[in-house]
Amino acid sequence: MRIDDQLHIDTPEGARLSLSLAGPLPRALAYGIDLALRGLVLLVLSIPLMLFGGHGYGLYLLLMFLLEWFYPVFFEMLWQGRTPGKRAVKLAVVHGNGAPLTFNGSLVRNLLRTADLFPICYLTGFVVMLISPRQQRLGDLAADTLVIHLPAPPATRVREAGAGEAPDWPLDREDQLVLLAFSERAPALSEQRQQELARLAYPEQPAPAALEKLRRVARHVLGGADPARESDQGAAR
Amino acid sequence: MRQSQFEQRYRPLWERLEATLKTLEKTRRPGSAAADFAGDYQSLCHQLALARERGYSLALQDYLNDLMLRAHRQLYRHRTPLLPRLAAFFAAGFPRAVRRQWRWHLISSAAFVLSALLVWALIQYDPELVHTVVGPDQVADLEEMYHPDLRDTGARDRADDVMMFGYYIYNNIGIAFRTFAGGLLLGVGALLAMLFNGSFFGAAAAHLSLAGASQPFFTFVIAHGAPELTAICLAGGAGLRLGWAVLAPGSWGRVDAIRRAARECLPVMYGVFFLLVTAAFIEAFWSSRELDPQIKYTVGAVCWALVLLYLLLGGRAAAPPKGSGHGSE
Repeated sequence: MRIDDQLHIDTPEGARLSLSLAGPLPRALAYGIDLALRGLVLLVLSIPLMLFGGHGYGLYLLLMFLLEWFYPVFFEMLWQGRTPGKRAVKLAVVHGNGAPLTFNGSLVRNLLRTADLFPICYLTGFVVMLISPRQQRLGDLAADTLVIHLPAPPATRVREAGAGEAPDWPLDREDQLVLLAFSERAPALSEQRQQELARLAYPEQPAPAALEKLRRVARHVLGGADPARESDQGAAR
Repeated sequence: MRQSQFEQRYRPLWERLEATLKTLEKTRRPGSAAADFAGDYQSLCHQLALARERGYSLALQDYLNDLMLRAHRQLYRHRTPLLPRLAAFFAAGFPRAVRRQWRWHLISSAAFVLSALLVWALIQYDPELVHTVVGPDQVADLEEMYHPDLRDTGARDRADDVMMFGYYIYNNIGIAFRTFAGGLLLGVGALLAMLFNGSFFGAAAAHLSLAGASQPFFTFVIAHGAPELTAICLAGGAGLRLGWAVLAPGSWGRVDAIRRAARECLPVMYGVFFLLVTAAFIEAFWSSRELDPQIKYTVGAVCWALVLLYLLLGGRAAAPPKGSGHGSE
């Protein structure tokens, strides 16, 4: 069994969706940013409101109420599960089945925040989050919501051209994944580390030659220059 | 089929889907831009499954997975119109939701009323006991607000009304929300909040009536008390319902029981919010008017009758259609 923070959901279309759950630390960071932002808005708006005496103070209290209870709900609805803090830390709130957050869900998780706050500094919420298999605080449990890491936009990959070479052993799926992962991650590794890895595949060869061979095999698996051998007609439909 | 051929073949489709998603994420009414969306999404699901089965690189799998996640979020987004739902909620959903859990609201109201009566009786017996419930500053505030000799009636103007409106919203709705959330802590938070609010109310009433200020006090609170006290009791009841789901989930899993309770309580909390906003309006702009006590008692009685009749009878006339029990969903 793999222990990681991935949650796998099977959608009605029969595909499997992987979400990566956000733990207490990034969530606390997002909360801190939101808290600072709320304080800042209150501070900035309180200065002109002070000029209006009783009216101003009434509006100030209204503003305080809205910021305390509806700031997260408002932004989670506006930006699809993201408050400005979550946006900065690249988090988002979704429902337990991966569906986007609804108004009711957002309201429940934010109304019940008080229970998570108890007694101080989100202690209850923190403990519940550690116990919960899906890193949910009490409000999340009641609303059936998750906080997930939003995937970073993929970096564009540059493929090096060159001839491929068929591997000299029967390739199974695991091997193929390893070779493809190597070809994708190699640019981020130093030449020496790549040679080290290549020596694992071809211990009988000197390092530079082993690396060269490994690269050619990886290119072959990726299939850049080779003509197609299998047909994909059945799959494309 | 090798990975690069696979990518080459389907890249245009993925790019088109990405463009559609960009539009969908920006606008609420995408129009014709989303015509191919559902079909593209389905073939994307298919290609992701292929990529995983054939062991294409993790980067490609991640890319397709992320694309599918985005598309999934758009496909299952709810876009129901708000106004008809609001109308149905006020016509029937809210009172029905309250009546569905009437036992909890009864317990919460009983906690409030009994603690108020108890404290009232104790203070009649020994007036000094008021200081055990209400702090010295608050006693002074109360006397200043209601005592005929101490308060200056002419000074209150429109600006004060607006200020107090803001205060009532901030304070009362905050209390109601916290009472509800406190219920999640095994119901203890909600129960304590009800007992404390009841005691405070009893103490204030007893102290002011002993000080000879019962008329200003009751003419002030009677009208807005109807929505306000009702709303606090409802919030307490909803909180107790949540707490009971934690304590005794019955045949449900504990988390599922909490989830169900929260879903049932949510319409009540929408109603509490609405009642407290109404109460803040009445309290700030009507209760503070100096009028003949007769008028204020009459209006107050009408308010109580309206609130109670609404909660008891609202939504009864039309039998709820089967399967649409939750008014606000």
